[in-house]
Amino acid sequence: MRWCEQPGYWLGSEVLQNYGCRMATGLGITLQLVAISVSLGCIIGLGLALARLYGPRWVGGVVTGYTTFFRGTPLLCQLFLVYYGLGQLRPFWQDVGLWWFFREPYWCALFTFTINTAAYQCEVFRGAIQSIGKGQFEGAQALGLHRIATLRHVILPQAMIVALRPLGNELIVMIKSSSVASLVTLFDLMGSTRLAFSRSFDLSIYLYAALIYLAMVEIIRRLWDVMEKRLTRHVVVR
Amino acid sequence: MFSNLHYIGFGDGGWGWALLQGAWVTITIALATLPFGLALGLMIALMARSDNAIARWFATVYTTVFRGVPELLTLYIIYFGVQIVVQRGLESIGIKGFSIPPFVAGMVALGIVLGAFSSEVWVGALNSIQKGQREAGAALGLHKAQIFRLIVFPQLIRVALPGLGNNWMVLLKETSLVSVITLQDIMFIAQRGSSNTKEPLLFFTAAALIYLVFSLISWWFFDRLEKRSNRGFAAFGGQTR
Repeated sequence: MRWCEQPGYWLGSEVLQNYGCRMATGLGITLQLVAISVSLGCIIGLGLALARLYGPRWVGGVVTGYTTFFRGTPLLCQLFLVYYGLGQLRPFWQDVGLWWFFREPYWCALFTFTINTAAYQCEVFRGAIQSIGKGQFEGAQALGLHRIATLRHVILPQAMIVALRPLGNELIVMIKSSSVASLVTLFDLMGSTRLAFSRSFDLSIYLYAALIYLAMVEIIRRLWDVMEKRLTRHVVVR
Repeated sequence: MFSNLHYIGFGDGGWGWALLQGAWVTITIALATLPFGLALGLMIALMARSDNAIARWFATVYTTVFRGVPELLTLYIIYFGVQIVVQRGLESIGIKGFSIPPFVAGMVALGIVLGAFSSEVWVGALNSIQKGQREAGAALGLHKAQIFRLIVFPQLIRVALPGLGNNWMVLLKETSLVSVITLQDIMFIAQRGSSNTKEPLLFFTAAALIYLVFSLISWWFFDRLEKRSNRGFAAFGGQTR
């Protein structure tokens, strides 16, 4: 018996034993999708927030349009737009040599999740940076720091602490939202569960999937609490 | 894509009316879920703050579970699970072939999730109401329900409004998931239209734009509402507490 069949065996659930391995693979895909898209989204989001706040006016306008679109439409719609919609432009993608990317549901999901979470994280970073008092900028200027040094050594370290909690929430939201990837034929945790249900008609498999998602979210939440406590040791509680 | 714009028009072979009907379904389910979910959330929030340990425990479990499980999964569990339970129950009393309408299943699932998320907002707002308010109510001889209805609740709304506005935005976008249980909302129509006409780019762009319009209207509306509910506090330099 393989390791992934063990939980089903011990719980006495035939369906979990039969589909345990598929679900384990699915869990891996879910974790990959979320980890990669949230990390990339973090970098892009921070860049966009800085461009929005300190860039020229038209750049700020473009970034605002981008975040409004991606925060104002459902992730499912965006995913279909990328997978089915952009997939329609097959000749074009073949010409530019990107068809391998837009052909695969995995890459499409990863791409969509990344640009979606980047929009949300951009707003988080923007809010965090704006929450830092003006005196901090002025103090840094008085010390003769130039703009980039001010950002790097004075503003961002403080802003990151403000951003920590909403970023954790965004990570949790992405874990949950990533389940829509199953609707573009991707066998993530949700996809493999749907497959198991459609073959076995045993509803308990959905409950096991719910437990796995719940466990993931709880672990992240606890980890985030520990991290926040550690990073804010120096902050006086008011 | 642009040469086939007539597909989403209102003329012959156009899907314009169908898309508008889908938009109507989306709005209807979101608006139908809202009061149910908010009332549920308020109930859970009151439980979370009650003196009864069992009520507090229930509230904690409820919010943890429904905030942690993907909405799509909740939707499936409610749609298929409740279906099976209800059907078995009805079969035992001799009624066969009953199925829960997808609209009801979608409304219940989205409402339960909204209840979990909005309860957090309600708890925060309840905590912001100072103890003196309740005490003053008690001193006036009001009983508990009166204190809540006449003193606490009117003040609650103002503090809870930004959070509830967020809840509404999330709900509006989550309604797109009900297309998987065959409810004919915007996403459902867009999928059907794109598979009929082989123009997915056009149809999903149209769908996204409809959602975007709904979101923009909601943002504008909540902005107005917040300003309105804070108007009595502007005199104190915008101080809210």
